[in-house]
Amino acid sequence: MADVIKCATRDAYGKALADLGDKRDDVIVLDADLAKATKTAVFKKAHPERFIDCGIAESNMMSLAAGLSTTGYTVFASSFAMFSAGRAFEQVRNSIAYPKLNVKIGATHAGISVGEDGASHQCCEDIALMRSIPNMVIINPADDIEAFQAVHAAADFDGPVYMRFGRLAVPRINSEDYKFELGKGVLLKDGKDVTIVATGLMVNEALLAADMLKEDGIDARVINIHTIKPIDKDILVKAAKETGAIVTAEEHSIIGGLGGAVCEVLSESCPVPVLRLGVNDTFGRSGPALELLKLYGLDAEHIAEKAKEAVKLK
Amino acid sequence: MDTVKKLELQKIACKVRMGVIEGTFHAKSGHPGGSLSIADILTYLYFDEMKVDANNPAWEDRDRFVLSKGHTAPALYAVLAEKGFFEKDLIKTLRKPDSILQGHPSMRYTPGVDMSTGSLGQGISAAVGMALGAKLQKKDFRVYTALGDGEIEEGQVWEAAMFAGNNKLDNLVAVVDFNKLQIDGSLDEVNSPCPIDEKFLAFGWNVITIDGHNFDEIESAFKAARECKGKPTCIVANTIKGKGVSFMENECDWHGSAPKLDQYNQAMEELNKTLAELEA
Repeated sequence: MADVIKCATRDAYGKALADLGDKRDDVIVLDADLAKATKTAVFKKAHPERFIDCGIAESNMMSLAAGLSTTGYTVFASSFAMFSAGRAFEQVRNSIAYPKLNVKIGATHAGISVGEDGASHQCCEDIALMRSIPNMVIINPADDIEAFQAVHAAADFDGPVYMRFGRLAVPRINSEDYKFELGKGVLLKDGKDVTIVATGLMVNEALLAADMLKEDGIDARVINIHTIKPIDKDILVKAAKETGAIVTAEEHSIIGGLGGAVCEVLSESCPVPVLRLGVNDTFGRSGPALELLKLYGLDAEHIAEKAKEAVKLK
Repeated sequence: MDTVKKLELQKIACKVRMGVIEGTFHAKSGHPGGSLSIADILTYLYFDEMKVDANNPAWEDRDRFVLSKGHTAPALYAVLAEKGFFEKDLIKTLRKPDSILQGHPSMRYTPGVDMSTGSLGQGISAAVGMALGAKLQKKDFRVYTALGDGEIEEGQVWEAAMFAGNNKLDNLVAVVDFNKLQIDGSLDEVNSPCPIDEKFLAFGWNVITIDGHNFDEIESAFKAARECKGKPTCIVANTIKGKGVSFMENECDWHGSAPKLDQYNQAMEELNKTLAELEA
């Protein structure tokens, strides 16, 4: 595995913004004094005339982005997930989503893998918050290839999009010829005994878990849900029908995120056992990202355990 | 201001006030007090200051207006109806399920509404974004916003004020409707944002204080704002909450309650009398 490329999705975000800026005059980027961390500084370097630093004032930035978009710009507004979805929740809801304005929220440093900064900055509630807002599209890419394309897809989409990026460099799972399709789940590995539905950095862990399960004679299907809203119902219902049990895996609270979304779909369309793996209704803490992911059970071993439990429930 | 023009604006403002009473009466809810206090300013904006086209509400180069104090939508709707953005009769549908006139302004429902507002403090930020958009695209449209004096207790207003001052958005004018009352009482009783003028000055704004019911002063202020380069302008407009309807004036309770039939009749009688005097 020495040749696995690792890259943080936030890095892909910065590169994609700069690339978009080359191609489109209407793209403008806002940040709230975190440009180096969110990687919007890459866009700033390439297109300084279309980069606006709003300072440490996320509420103003979101409503300002809304107003700016009405003058013809495709606006990207960036901060950490905690402050984009959390602090500025109501500005996102009322100024951006309610009038369905063309604002893309680039939220980096999502989840436990923020690491040493600790619980105040480890946002594990953002998907739940954003999912509850009408008109909002939510993308949580699994690797840098997907993230890069997702940013372009968000720019091409007319309306609000919440994009969730991570701080941690994560293994690349997609090949260069991967084609991102907004709203479409990706079948990464077929299987008949159980389906692991994963998002973000947990997709790689899900693939590793499937390999582990093979040794136990369990044939696991793996699906990458990069677009959490609108969610790909068809791929989920098909998986439920064909494998009879589901495990969801996300670096987010088990409340209201991918697990919640999958349960909402399946309880109405094809009820089967669903076990949710995620941050278990608790706050994070300081520590190295990889250690924390293990500590909070966000790894292949825990997914494999859940999958075995799910199979027993069939 | 010449007397003919002033008289014309006064008549329109009186009709706008009738629209406020009409709308809130039929809706059986809404916010007449702050709608009446901002009526003269809105009349001046839409009938003199701003370049807008009722037949082309989405005209790219139009001046923009954001009602940051979105709860006073009845005044905005009345002035848009007077200007011809939609039929005046629609005022009676305010706040009804099939109406294009939502309880708070929505740009997706109502022609002429440039920004959805209602959650206090957000409108000024959107206006700042529009003014920035004009600057970046080297367009000469101007952006206007109206804030409540209670509204400026919201911290976001000062985030926006800081940004506008630092970015020298001289194409932006924010009017503070300084009627001294908010829902729970007077500004002093609740959590006073005063001195308003000194605060905006400290944030790098040009500040002009006027009588918000005097069209001469309103005109001078907006003209001075156009002349001021390198700074956004804040117009602190001293107003009377409930202005124009005797029993609503300076009464906190009329912030968010609608007139009943007898009150509606009395209010319309007073406003009709005012209009008749102006037309005499």
